Amino acid sequence: MSRIGKAFENRKAFIGFVTGGDPSIEKSEEFIMEMVRGGADLIEIGIPFSDPTAEGVVIQEANIRALSNRTTTDTIFDLVVNVRKKTDVPLVFLTYLNPVFTYGLEKFFTRCEETGVDGIIIPDLPYEEKGELADIATNHGIDIISLIAPTSEDRIKKIASDATGFVYVVSSMGVTGVRSEIKTDVKSIIDVVKSVTNVPTAVGFGISTPEQATEISQYADGVIVGSAIVKLCGEYGENAAQHIYEYVKSMKDSI
Amino acid sequence: MSKGRYGIHGGQYIPEILMNEIINLEKAYEKYSKDEEFNKELNKLLNEYAGRPSLLYYAEKMTKDLGGAKVYLKREDLNHTGSHKINNVLGQVLLAKKMGKTRVIAETGAGQHGVATATAAALMGMECEIFMGKEDTDRQALNVFRMELLGAKVHPVTSGTMTLKDAVNETMREWASRVHDTHYVLGSVMGPHPFPMIVRDFQSVISKEAREQILETEGKLPSAVLACVGGGSNAMGMFYNFINDKDVKLIGCEAAGHGVDTDMNAATIANGTLGIFHGMKSYFCQDEYGQIAPVYSISAGLDYPGIGPEHAYLNDIKRATYVPVTDDEAVSAFEYLAKTEGIICAIESAHAVAYAKKLAPTMGKDEIIIICLSGRGDKDVAAIARYRGVEIFE
Repeated sequence: MSRIGKAFENRKAFIGFVTGGDPSIEKSEEFIMEMVRGGADLIEIGIPFSDPTAEGVVIQEANIRALSNRTTTDTIFDLVVNVRKKTDVPLVFLTYLNPVFTYGLEKFFTRCEETGVDGIIIPDLPYEEKGELADIATNHGIDIISLIAPTSEDRIKKIASDATGFVYVVSSMGVTGVRSEIKTDVKSIIDVVKSVTNVPTAVGFGISTPEQATEISQYADGVIVGSAIVKLCGEYGENAAQHIYEYVKSMKDSI
Repeated sequence: MSKGRYGIHGGQYIPEILMNEIINLEKAYEKYSKDEEFNKELNKLLNEYAGRPSLLYYAEKMTKDLGGAKVYLKREDLNHTGSHKINNVLGQVLLAKKMGKTRVIAETGAGQHGVATATAAALMGMECEIFMGKEDTDRQALNVFRMELLGAKVHPVTSGTMTLKDAVNETMREWASRVHDTHYVLGSVMGPHPFPMIVRDFQSVISKEAREQILETEGKLPSAVLACVGGGSNAMGMFYNFINDKDVKLIGCEAAGHGVDTDMNAATIANGTLGIFHGMKSYFCQDEYGQIAPVYSISAGLDYPGIGPEHAYLNDIKRATYVPVTDDEAVSAFEYLAKTEGIICAIESAHAVAYAKKLAPTMGKDEIIIICLSGRGDKDVAAIARYRGVEIFE
């Protein structure tokens, strides 16, 4: 079984996100290890992009901080190498298509395999355009994580049937960011997904509180939290480690 | 390969959240673009509201002064709202209304597309919100007030470089948060399919008219047609019906800012590389890691790091040529056209005028060039004054 598969085995998975290089590559390593200590089952690492069109303000700002610290796709791979020396936790990239495409698809996925990345989430890569990357990613054993949105409707089955790793269910309209209320009927989306695949489902976009996580985890296999963690990075900068640990622990304990 | 391709360019690289909406748009466009009623309604708006057909004007003084090819100006600046943008906007807002939308959103650079969208929204009774880079709301303060007069809400965008690219980012974010009642009136021949096709079709009226007009006046086709290129909507409109006329050169004029070999330009064909951004594969100004580069031009409308996918394709197959024009050259052309022909054109359009000034003298007197004068220049007067060291504020 793949590392991603194991993360969902016999438990609800907590998935935490940090933007690589915010506030530095060294600190990202520390924050990732704190998330693991707090109980995170899978880590998403953002490769910063100049124009993250699916992100809200919190993660946009983290991207700017990381890029202004001269973070590059290469230094993010260095980060993965260092993290892999310490843990077996599944690592999934989150980035936009252009940094991947510009790096060179073959070179990018080769580096993913060499360094120990398990999957990648690309918000601006819909089902229709996946073909361009799919074979290369598969050849290197990297899962391209499929996203399903509240507007997907008749597309859910098609996307889910083709999914590997896990299915990322977007719980809210709009962009990433903390929300007080999740209005989408996530459960019925997950029911449709479950009718066509055994690939685990994880829900993200807008989740920040233990109460939300408890509720979502009743029907999803995993809970994804990005902005709430990145907010701590923004607020406490180099000193965010302890805050991140405590937050992740409280979230993991709630699911 | 997916839909909406121009050679290797184009495609639909957008978040899943928008896919069904884009598919619906494609279906609706497919239906209405062939619908007689729709086309009748649109033509009525274009002719009776926007003032089409626009004039094809023989610039006699300019021709004599340059001493070469006969120069004609396709006067899109005389359209209602002062630019070619109205052609696309009337089409898209009418389409949105047919689709049952009640609200339109749009990005704008110089403000011309924002003003046009706000105008069409007022006319057709739609709610309207415009996203405009903070840098541009400062550069084009008058247009901001104009949009507000028309009933639109203008959001200054403070992310990134605070210009056109960031305005597009923010409009996409807004659309992803509210698609059920909202149509994104994309202003250029860019973004995910079907936008490059829809905008090109609605703008192709420029070359449809120009071709007929020049054949009627001169009895022959021009040797070259010129237009400025940011995303490339007026250029695509000016080129489209001449693409099959192999002897007509198609020349796009990019914003070279302080020069193509400086950090301060927006010349995508000169300096860009293949990438995937804003929903499309095309050429972009970017660094070795695919980070989109901050670009610069005196013209807010050309201050964009990419180019529409069909232009990228026309460049690849060498059907069209793209040339860089600097701020200095554009400002000189802006002043030249005002003094020579009594026409104050948009600083965007002045980029095409600048290249015509170089090109016409190298051509024979029996040859013809047509410049697309995409917009009028009232909005630029204060900025040009400042460029020349005169402190005028709007």
